[in-house]
Amino acid sequence: MKNRSLGIAAGMIAIVLAPAAFAGEVVITQENKAFSEKSISIKSGDAVKFVNKDDIVHDVHSTTDGYGFDLGSQQPGTETSYTFAQPGKIKVRCAIHPKMKLEVTVE
Amino acid sequence: MQPRSIGIAAFCSLAFAAVGVLAVGQTSLAGNVGPDSVPDIHTLMAEYERPSWIPFPEENPHSQAKEALGRALYFDPRLSRSNMQSCASCHNPSFAWGDGLPKGVGDRMNQLGRRSPTILNSAWAEAFMWDGRFETLEEQALGPIQSGVEMNMSMVDLLPKLQAIAEYRDMFAAAFGGSPEITAEKIAMAIATYERTVVSGTAPFDRWIAGEETAISEAAKRGFVVFNEKGNCAACHSDWRFTDDSLHDIGLPGADIGRGKQLPTVAKMQYAFKTPGLRNIDRRGPYMHDGSVPTLEAVIEHYDTGGVARPSLSDEMKPLGLTEQEKADLVAFLKTLTSEDPPVEFVMLPR
Repeated sequence: MKNRSLGIAAGMIAIVLAPAAFAGEVVITQENKAFSEKSISIKSGDAVKFVNKDDIVHDVHSTTDGYGFDLGSQQPGTETSYTFAQPGKIKVRCAIHPKMKLEVTVE
Repeated sequence: MQPRSIGIAAFCSLAFAAVGVLAVGQTSLAGNVGPDSVPDIHTLMAEYERPSWIPFPEENPHSQAKEALGRALYFDPRLSRSNMQSCASCHNPSFAWGDGLPKGVGDRMNQLGRRSPTILNSAWAEAFMWDGRFETLEEQALGPIQSGVEMNMSMVDLLPKLQAIAEYRDMFAAAFGGSPEITAEKIAMAIATYERTVVSGTAPFDRWIAGEETAISEAAKRGFVVFNEKGNCAACHSDWRFTDDSLHDIGLPGADIGRGKQLPTVAKMQYAFKTPGLRNIDRRGPYMHDGSVPTLEAVIEHYDTGGVARPSLSDEMKPLGLTEQEKADLVAFLKTLTSEDPPVEFVMLPR
């Protein structure tokens, strides 16, 4: 039982430290050739994790001027993350399936 | 997109499939029922029901006046520098809204680099051009008009040309109200509105989906199963339009890198082209972005081989091992996607 009080103390320290140590992360799933959200608002430095729940390959990218990126081929069942460092409005698409659209507003 | 329904009267060739009415008859094509048997055919069929209205975007809602203006502009060869070419020259209703050529022909008989796509069912499309570089019809509409090798017209010259035609001034006023000025944006919005009304009509396949068991042959029904299963066609040619608008390298020979030109750093986009729809496909040869494949049989042969192996080749492409029967059944199925659309009237153009 003495481990329990240590555990609680450690947990409280972790809770206090967590917001400073870790930036936010939003999880977006790719399912049925669609992103789970149409638009999200995040803070600069936040990451978006893309989880491919389809049985086909996806490829998350953006061609918005000044914000372009490409996360490459993403196999079924895999995850990939991107950190949005700059504020702005970014159109995120699947390069293979352009009907998959996610508007990301970074504040 | 906020959907807006439009009058049905003008679209008598459209028959709206009753949602939820599926075949009652026992179409059991999975001869061997076992652990790997095909899913119930009715589950597959349900994915192919036609929608009952055409979507128009909130930013460019439909009106009769806007559609009529768009139709006039679409058929008007005065939008080209030569006065000889309109949108309808290459996207010709007589050729299922394409031009029947391997590659298009432009200003001064220039041969273009790619085949003219159809505009059928473009109201639902999510990407335009063979390389998918436009997201909306409005963005696409002014491209060919201003392209030097196509209609070779500039807005600087076109706007005063149209402004000088009294009946166009009236039509633009009726369609857009407000300022009488003719602008590039209004031209694009009108043409896009007309294009959205171009929808392939009811085909024998649709009647089968709606419950008419005898609408298509048994060979075509077998072909439908191959299309969805062993052929892997529905991986990209999905839903009632038979496309998900995705872009893939399907391993065709040739130097055209397609979407690779837009996205040079994206490996899978080299040699990638947009998946066309398959409605009325029997009337839309020759096939592929360069018209290099002459018949539906040859298309199926290409997919059966799996295409040219290279890093950009789509993960959906693989040798299929189709039997001669399966290939013939696929062709029989594809032919059921042809609708008997009524001829399109020629327009009396504004003077």
